[in-house]
Amino acid sequence: MSDYILEMNHIIKEFSGVRALDDVNLKVKRGEIHALCGENGAGKSTLMNVLSGVYPFGTYSGDVVYKGETCKFHNLRDSEAKGIVIIHQELALSPLLSIAENVFIGNEQLSAKGVIDWTKTRQRAQEMLARVGLEHEDVNVPVNSLGVGKQQLIEIAKAMAKKVELLILDEPTAALNDEESKKLLDIMLELKKQGITCIIISHKLNEIEYVSDAVTIIRDGKTIETLVKGVDDYTEDRVIKGMVGREMTNRYPVREGVTIGDTIFEVKDWNVYHPDDENRQVLKDINISVKAGEVVGLAGLMGAGRTEFAMSVFGHSYGQKISGTVKINGQEVHMHNVRDAINSKLAYVSEDRKVYGLNLIGEIKENMTIAARPKFFSKHGVINSNDEIVAAEEYKKRINVKANSIEQVVGSLSGGNQQKVVLAKWMLTQPDVLILDEPTRGIDVGAKYEIYCVINDLAKAGKAVIVISSEMPEIIGTCDRTYVLNEGRIAGELSKDELTQEQIMQCIMAHNRKDDGNE
Amino acid sequence: MNDKKKVVNLDMKQYGMFLALIAIYVIFAIMTGGKNLSPANINNLIMQNGYVVILAIGMLLCVLTGNVDLGVGSVVALTGAAAGIILVDYKMNMWVAILVAILIGLAVGMFAGFFIAYLGIPPFVVTLATMLMGRGLTYTLLKAQTKGPLPDDYIYIGAGFLPTVKVNFAGGTLDLVCIIVAVIASIALVLAEMKSIATKKKYNFATNPMWQVALKLAVMLVIIWFFFYKLARYNGLPFVLVIMVVLIALYAFITSKTVSGRQIYALGGNRKAANLSGIDTNKVFFWVYTNMGILSAVAGVVLTARNAASTPKAGDGFEMDAIASCYIGGAAVAGGAGTILGAVVGAFIMGILNNGMSLYGWSTDIQKIVKGAVLLGAVTVDVMSKRKKG
Repeated sequence: MSDYILEMNHIIKEFSGVRALDDVNLKVKRGEIHALCGENGAGKSTLMNVLSGVYPFGTYSGDVVYKGETCKFHNLRDSEAKGIVIIHQELALSPLLSIAENVFIGNEQLSAKGVIDWTKTRQRAQEMLARVGLEHEDVNVPVNSLGVGKQQLIEIAKAMAKKVELLILDEPTAALNDEESKKLLDIMLELKKQGITCIIISHKLNEIEYVSDAVTIIRDGKTIETLVKGVDDYTEDRVIKGMVGREMTNRYPVREGVTIGDTIFEVKDWNVYHPDDENRQVLKDINISVKAGEVVGLAGLMGAGRTEFAMSVFGHSYGQKISGTVKINGQEVHMHNVRDAINSKLAYVSEDRKVYGLNLIGEIKENMTIAARPKFFSKHGVINSNDEIVAAEEYKKRINVKANSIEQVVGSLSGGNQQKVVLAKWMLTQPDVLILDEPTRGIDVGAKYEIYCVINDLAKAGKAVIVISSEMPEIIGTCDRTYVLNEGRIAGELSKDELTQEQIMQCIMAHNRKDDGNE
Repeated sequence: MNDKKKVVNLDMKQYGMFLALIAIYVIFAIMTGGKNLSPANINNLIMQNGYVVILAIGMLLCVLTGNVDLGVGSVVALTGAAAGIILVDYKMNMWVAILVAILIGLAVGMFAGFFIAYLGIPPFVVTLATMLMGRGLTYTLLKAQTKGPLPDDYIYIGAGFLPTVKVNFAGGTLDLVCIIVAVIASIALVLAEMKSIATKKKYNFATNPMWQVALKLAVMLVIIWFFFYKLARYNGLPFVLVIMVVLIALYAFITSKTVSGRQIYALGGNRKAANLSGIDTNKVFFWVYTNMGILSAVAGVVLTARNAASTPKAGDGFEMDAIASCYIGGAAVAGGAGTILGAVVGAFIMGILNNGMSLYGWSTDIQKIVKGAVLLGAVTVDVMSKRKKG
């Protein structure tokens, strides 16, 4: 028997004449963690959909050989029966059902008569949780009471319950912070010891370097190469070279010709309480300032309060009992709703563009102009459509949104281009201060570079830019100065020279210790 | 500067339902041996469907938010009852009756809007409540009896015609007012198209091939002339048509060209994103439902005027006709997509089906089956075609 658990040979898959996969080969050894890399739209997800039977046998050409036999899957059930389980980027959990029920959804633990056996369900769920390091969770609570990181682990537990042998994880850490990601990756290494083979799709190359044994790179629907750890050069730069087809010596464009001006954004003594619990203080005595032309980072772990801070400043979109002052261009401003914030020349590019940023069924133009419309594209409430079209065309060109026309529906764009549309929407409001919350989450290397270029342009134009990011290298690569937030407070401020991943973590750790000392 | 001329084909999808409307009409013309082509029948189509069109316009805004208003049928009855009581029992001026009816519609709309927007109660529940309460109130006010007959000046709203100038023509009469309106409409249509092409050229946008534009204009002109010629051969322009055209134009403008109108689309597409784009979504919800109340009142006035009486059963099931019109007209059930013209075309598809089947001699029972099937078919085609694209 060969030592390959999975061989996908010469896979070709066409969508109405367009080749999404063009002679792709993937060989995965039993018991390894195999990474799949490529820019968005390279064909990774399509390949996994072929493997898991989402695209049934016969709709593609080529062979899928799993455990020595050629597979003819017609749907997900067929592949799951063989022990192939795919966990998608978007979690497939039913938020209001209990953990136990979610773990066995579609795979119910039944008594002899076909009735759900709840005792068995709970017991077995507890066992599964233990295997993913969640042995202390109560299996009876609804899944939505857990954080995203733990929900991701529940997905893995669900896969374990299906007696998984080949586990496919599509961008499992996209929504997780560094700490949660690390935990998830360690669980993967643990599963490897238990003999489970994993395929991981990820844009986070440091994670791939950390966790995987081999990486297959796909570009434009073709297999480019497979690198093996310990044999080939296995660095991030090497993988990027394969993905983009050229050396990317600098992932962060150099910011030149920026003159840093006066402080134009200042928040003082900012205090915010939780929207559902008026006694729980979420942010305490936050003081930050940003100068014109400066890019300032907000670093911190998930739950540190960065998004909460941004949203509470942005027209009180989060929290209650908010106190403190905000000055923009030296003037104190009172923002009670988003409209006020926009009029005060503040823009907030939200995290999670699909949920908070875009009308996915709307056109590019519509999405770009919606926020700026009352002020710039209308007179007495009547829209000037021609101005809108001109502006949308201009921004499409300026920040390189790849689309057929500005009338294309945003939902059909790739993640990177969607993100550019959100950016354009806020640039069109002509702000002086921009807060970018996770501006490059879930988008590919090339699009990231373009977004960084936009950030540089904004700085050059004398805007104050705040970047919130869970990816520390991104903060380090883009920011002039960084505030580290921890548990709703400023744990420290780091200048460009002091800014390293270690420094940020130390800042957080020191702050935690101080906290413990106080209590 | 890119001086290359950009030319793209007309997007036929935009006209799909409109073509279906013409096809259905032609099919019934063949089936009924041309009975539905008669001037009297064209006039009936307008008068019988006036209130459905008015309700469909308001309902579209609700559907755009991803919801429906189940209460409109009851509000039609309630406002109609109030108007009837003022006219018959109190013998008051018809303007008072209309004003009171509109105010009641406004009040019901604001009531529903308040619960939906500011207390966060699901629209389905709130409007189910207004549906029950409205119907109950109507029966109470009318003591379960029909109120009528209503005065002539009031009836004019639903059954009257604009002044006519009739001349003898081809063995009958021809109303010159209709012909003049048709001429004006034709000129306006051609000018609007020319202006649109000029604007596109000025901004260097893509234009459609000349022959396609000409064909589109020709089809529209034929329809306009057919329609107005038939009306001219009958009694001239029904007053209901004026109300309809004004409302259609007004709401088509609001939904496509105003900030507030587009906010409804943004809300329907993604409420959270709309909020974070500076849109007060509560306010949008409030006004959409308030507006529905007002338009229900207008429909109530038109209906009682046409029937010359207020009845407690009036408007029963109208909400379903209005909702179906929106969906047949291509509005997305989840909200965020749909047009006023689509909803109007949807309303007329239902109207032509009703009318054609009646003329052909099918019973109302069969008519319901067919209408149900058409609704299901239209939405299925819409959903499937979108799925293919995605």
